[in-house]
Amino acid sequence: MTPQSEDHKAEVRHYLVGFALALTLTLLPFALVAWGGLARMQVLTIVAICALVQIVVHFRYFLHIDFSRQKSEDLHLILFSALVLAIMACGTLWIVFNLAGRM
Amino acid sequence: MIFHERRHPGLNLGDHHGAAHAGAEASVFGFWVFLMSDLIIFGLMFATYVTMLGPMAQAGGPGPKDLFELTSAFIQTMLLLTSSLTFGMASLAMRHKRSQREMSLWLIVTLILGLAFLAFELRDFAGMFAVSAGPSRSGFLSAFFGLVPLHGLHVTAGCLWLLIMLIQMRTMGLTDVVKTRLLRLGLFWHFLDIIWIGIFSIVYLGGLA
Repeated sequence: MTPQSEDHKAEVRHYLVGFALALTLTLLPFALVAWGGLARMQVLTIVAICALVQIVVHFRYFLHIDFSRQKSEDLHLILFSALVLAIMACGTLWIVFNLAGRM
Repeated sequence: MIFHERRHPGLNLGDHHGAAHAGAEASVFGFWVFLMSDLIIFGLMFATYVTMLGPMAQAGGPGPKDLFELTSAFIQTMLLLTSSLTFGMASLAMRHKRSQREMSLWLIVTLILGLAFLAFELRDFAGMFAVSAGPSRSGFLSAFFGLVPLHGLHVTAGCLWLLIMLIQMRTMGLTDVVKTRLLRLGLFWHFLDIIWIGIFSIVYLGGLA
């Protein structure tokens, strides 16, 4: 076997690991909503945690964004976008829910 | 060490691709900048949707529990997730210079999964319109039809792009230009799957829990 196809096999395995993790993190919240006897708040918390972890899994395994070996511009752009998003999205929710509370 | 010598987000071609790898940095990074701004658009659509979840915004019309179907959302999720894996397989086939036939095969499977996703999504929308739950029914439905079909539109664009790449691979062969276009399409495709995580978690699971 050539080194090239060895590498290919290892990288296919890497994608399959990512897929298996993503699959688990999808099946768990769907199963909870379909059959779960848990309280609504508990279900929503688990759904949110699974979603956040799955986003990290996708970034890590499919987009190969790995903070330790990333070029610094890429990392800065991602962090900046996350910051802008957090300010705008959380700001929207804060302001609108505050208004709704006063109505 | 796998996936070494990285120059840009997403799968890198690697030094054994010579000029195609060296030249990919600027164009792929540029596309990544676009994706990050697209992410902000989606993020704000999500924020708008969440503010429209209350009973006031539903204006006496149907809510999430009356309209959404867990099975259909689950099928769409599986289709899109699997398509991410098959696109990854196509990218790996390109990176390791395996046969163009293998690569096209993975891309065709990806295209079929993408189209199946769109078919299920359109069926859902048609079902909603059938009970007159269109975007003009309430603020909640306006926000829903602003967010979910926006993602669907992106997937449609992705399918069209994929089709064009399949044609270009046949007519132009795997030239450097075609390779970097496929790298960018890969970023776009995986990015859409990440947005879908937000949609199924917030819109469908959040609405049905």
